Amino acid sequence: MITYLIRRLVYSVPILFGVNIITFALFFLVNSPDQMARKQLGEHRVTMDAVEKWKTERGYNVPLLWNSTSTGTGRVRDTVFYATSARLFSFNFGQSDSGRDIGYDIRERMGPSLAIAIPALIIQILLATTLALFVSVLRGSRLDRWTTTVCVGLMSVSSLFFIMAGQYVMAKLLRLVPISGYADGWAMAKFVLLPVIVQVLASLGANVRWYRTVFLEENAKDYVRTARAKGLSDATVMLRHVLRNALLPLLTNIVVILPGLFLGSLITESFFAIPGLGSYTIEAIQNQDFAAVRAMVFLGSLLYIVGLILTDISYAWADPRIRLGKA
Amino acid sequence: MMCRPVGLGIVLVGLMAASNAYGARAMEHPWNSPYQALEASTVALYTVFQERPKHLDPVSSYSENEAQFTAQIYEPPLQYHFLKRPYQLIPLTATDIPQPQNYAADGQLLTSNAPDSTVARVVYRITIQPGIMYAPHPAFAEGAKGNPYYLEPGRSLPRFDSLDDFSRVGTRELVAADYVHQIKRLAHPHLHSPVAGFLSTYILGLNELSETLLSEHGDTQGFLDLRRYELPGARVVNRYTFEIVLQVKYPQFVYWLAMPFFAPVPWEVEAFYALPGMAARNINLDWHPLGTGPYMLRENNPNRRMVLVRNPNYRGEPYPREGEFEDVAQGWLRSAGTQMPFIDEIHFMLEKENIPEWNKFLQGYYDSSPIASDGFDQAIRFTPEGAPEVSPVMQQQGIHLAVATQPSVSYIGFNMLDPVVGGASAQARCLRQALAVAIDIEEMISIFNNGRGVTAHSPLPPGIFGYREGREGMNPVTHEWRDGRPQRKPLAVAQRLLSKAGYPSGVNPQTGDPLTLYLDATTTGPDMKSLFNWYRKQFQKLGIELVVRSTDYNRFQDKMRKGDAQIFNWGWNADYTDPENFLFLLYSRNGKAKYQGENAANYENPRFDALFERMRSLPNSPARQQLINELLAIARHDAPWIWGFHPQAYTLNHQWVGNTKPNMMARNTLKYRTLDPALRAAKQLEWNRPRLVPPLLAIALFLCPLLVVLKQRRKRLAILQ
Repeated sequence: MITYLIRRLVYSVPILFGVNIITFALFFLVNSPDQMARKQLGEHRVTMDAVEKWKTERGYNVPLLWNSTSTGTGRVRDTVFYATSARLFSFNFGQSDSGRDIGYDIRERMGPSLAIAIPALIIQILLATTLALFVSVLRGSRLDRWTTTVCVGLMSVSSLFFIMAGQYVMAKLLRLVPISGYADGWAMAKFVLLPVIVQVLASLGANVRWYRTVFLEENAKDYVRTARAKGLSDATVMLRHVLRNALLPLLTNIVVILPGLFLGSLITESFFAIPGLGSYTIEAIQNQDFAAVRAMVFLGSLLYIVGLILTDISYAWADPRIRLGKA
Repeated sequence: MMCRPVGLGIVLVGLMAASNAYGARAMEHPWNSPYQALEASTVALYTVFQERPKHLDPVSSYSENEAQFTAQIYEPPLQYHFLKRPYQLIPLTATDIPQPQNYAADGQLLTSNAPDSTVARVVYRITIQPGIMYAPHPAFAEGAKGNPYYLEPGRSLPRFDSLDDFSRVGTRELVAADYVHQIKRLAHPHLHSPVAGFLSTYILGLNELSETLLSEHGDTQGFLDLRRYELPGARVVNRYTFEIVLQVKYPQFVYWLAMPFFAPVPWEVEAFYALPGMAARNINLDWHPLGTGPYMLRENNPNRRMVLVRNPNYRGEPYPREGEFEDVAQGWLRSAGTQMPFIDEIHFMLEKENIPEWNKFLQGYYDSSPIASDGFDQAIRFTPEGAPEVSPVMQQQGIHLAVATQPSVSYIGFNMLDPVVGGASAQARCLRQALAVAIDIEEMISIFNNGRGVTAHSPLPPGIFGYREGREGMNPVTHEWRDGRPQRKPLAVAQRLLSKAGYPSGVNPQTGDPLTLYLDATTTGPDMKSLFNWYRKQFQKLGIELVVRSTDYNRFQDKMRKGDAQIFNWGWNADYTDPENFLFLLYSRNGKAKYQGENAANYENPRFDALFERMRSLPNSPARQQLINELLAIARHDAPWIWGFHPQAYTLNHQWVGNTKPNMMARNTLKYRTLDPALRAAKQLEWNRPRLVPPLLAIALFLCPLLVVLKQRRKRLAILQ
């Protein structure tokens, strides 16, 4: 297992490097250092001299990828890419182009993102699993057909609609929760309630349909028929046998979305004024803040790699037949 | 079995109620209130900000979304009168408005109207009021010998994460040296003041100081003690007096003294923020500003909210006693002579989307709100005379409307370097004039701005000296006086002009095809597509084909800087209220392509330039008005712009907010506001009573089929067994 993990971590280095190069290329394909400087300094009355000074201080006054005026390794080292990328691998995100410490901002904004993401994930798993188990037991019934119809309906609706409808109904019409906002401590409960409900509803249709399919596949297997023949109740069969054996595909679905929880939801955070990492990323893109954009993309790719490793570990945990690192 | 779903429903509703109970205090506080109960009972104004401010350091801050904070905290020497129009400068910390003293190269004092060429130095002597104190700050905490406590050599800092962790605070009196220190900060190599380059051409020695600091400290971080450097353009005369020396005549400089770039910054604060560990915690002047103004920043969380609280050391300032005639009827002089500020706290809440902001305003949780396009019909209706008023629903809520024309202009420009539409030839001029007549700006304002705009007849907006109402202010090229008001000339006039331009019926005689023109624009939202279609139809009225080259903002800016665009959308917001700040948009030395200036049309006319140079040096007077009239006549004739419109700001205010007269130049207006928190609390409760019956019914409806199916299945299993 340890060997396997080390191997996977070593593999992640070229992946992170590649992601960093792609981010760098895409960013500077649409933004030049001059434009970044003007964005930070303002549009009015900014002189070229001021632009040059800003670029010099931020290290954007050297070539992007290859410095032909340098010699030896300086051709690579004296570039924007090298100067801004090398420290990423030591998790030193440095300062954003607007002068803020990126690491500090990320730590500060991770909490609000998690405050929505964790309850949303737990409720979503519990609710979708319960409903899927329920309708898979009642397969072919009127309830099953109606659930399928409702699920397809939920899947067909944009998440933006859930947000706007949720705000209209829950906050404006029924006046039960605030439309948007955030608070620290226990006071956050009333602010995260609506975003959590919206996120659960937005993903419920797809999850119930997927889980139901998985459970039905298990239901048709011999061991389930045997269990029923032994006279076990529906609840025992479904919870003790079917759920356990259906865990692998469910885990794949769940663990892969874990990185997204840390990175926040772009639209939800924006509409509910949640000061999380999703809105941080959007702001960085809007402000052409390369340092912050790159840090968030790097963090995102790193979390995905960790997520995939966790998936593999969870396989081994859920299915004793799987042994990591053995052919 | 049947009890479980019902129980689940009850648990859900219970959870909802429980989560609201905290901070909601049952029915005394609305469930949907975004604030804590304690906050709602204090005299606090609630407003919004949509974009996180990048800079709160007065040397770097230059955008509207930052000014709403900085203007309440920092105090430059001058400010705009809250009520009087046209906009008027009055002293803020200064004792009076400084008058420029012109000096010749030999040091001889010249008269105020001395020719520019004879003036070698212009001196502004500014005296500030004594006894003005800074807001409490750890940088002023006094040590044993009266020195700043935390700056004492060898002093170890407490463990800290924020400024609140510093137990000792202090204050000190504002002195002239603080203003001089701030002017030197314009040259600081790491602060990147956006106006440093521009002001270096005026303030004596600023450029040299900038170069010196860059060479000596360009690569070093930490505290840069600017007291060690002399700046001939800013010098302390005595404790309360300082002088600013310009190397050329710039009569509009006095307006700069009302901008945050000239707000005082004490050296102690810079030294304090340079202490070890501050930068890593984002503790700097950009995020923890300090000033002498009526408010200080208590909470700076630009990801959620920013809270200004009353500065306990504020000296107080009386509400203006004079205003305009209608200010009495509007109740805007009721507070005359009363000490300001009237509000204890100002909560700026981050709202990125218009819909939540608008709904919270209607629920009474924001005290004022602009009107988004989506909500315009719900909020505003027009009287038969065409005047806007709030809709009956809004009137029932006691909401009132304030309308003000912004000191800005939005226009369609022609690139005068372009071979087709540009240049001084009669042919090109007729083409531009034809388009200026044909493009129906009034229709554009009506369709795309809900009528919120005033047709522009020149670059000068209302409220700026030189602007004239009625027939005198009409652009005779595009409009004619009919039925007592200016009306756009008929299309036939535009068609005649087009024929004179050599394109009869819009046909290019060289190719035999319709003339094709190109509009460069940025796409900023879904509305732009319909606007572009509208433009195409307007050009099509003359038989001209318009190709819209929509691009992102960066590319658009690049094109403009290189002079590659042909026709473009552009706008300008006033820095200050002198006509020079608008007419310089047509001054050739300000051309964008040649000089990287703000003359985006790259317009050049020697006669215009000569008159402009004379006009900018004059004080407001009939002679200056005459020059402006001549300048406008030239510009209208040459038509480098289709003059566009001056946008109007519509703001809705709840009945509990007072002194809401819009002032489009002053940003420090929150000190004038009054508030009735008891009325607000009562109305919030009345408008936000929770409705519990519908959700309970919905839960019941959801559970019913579930119960039926379960019951049926239980029966079936029982039969099988």
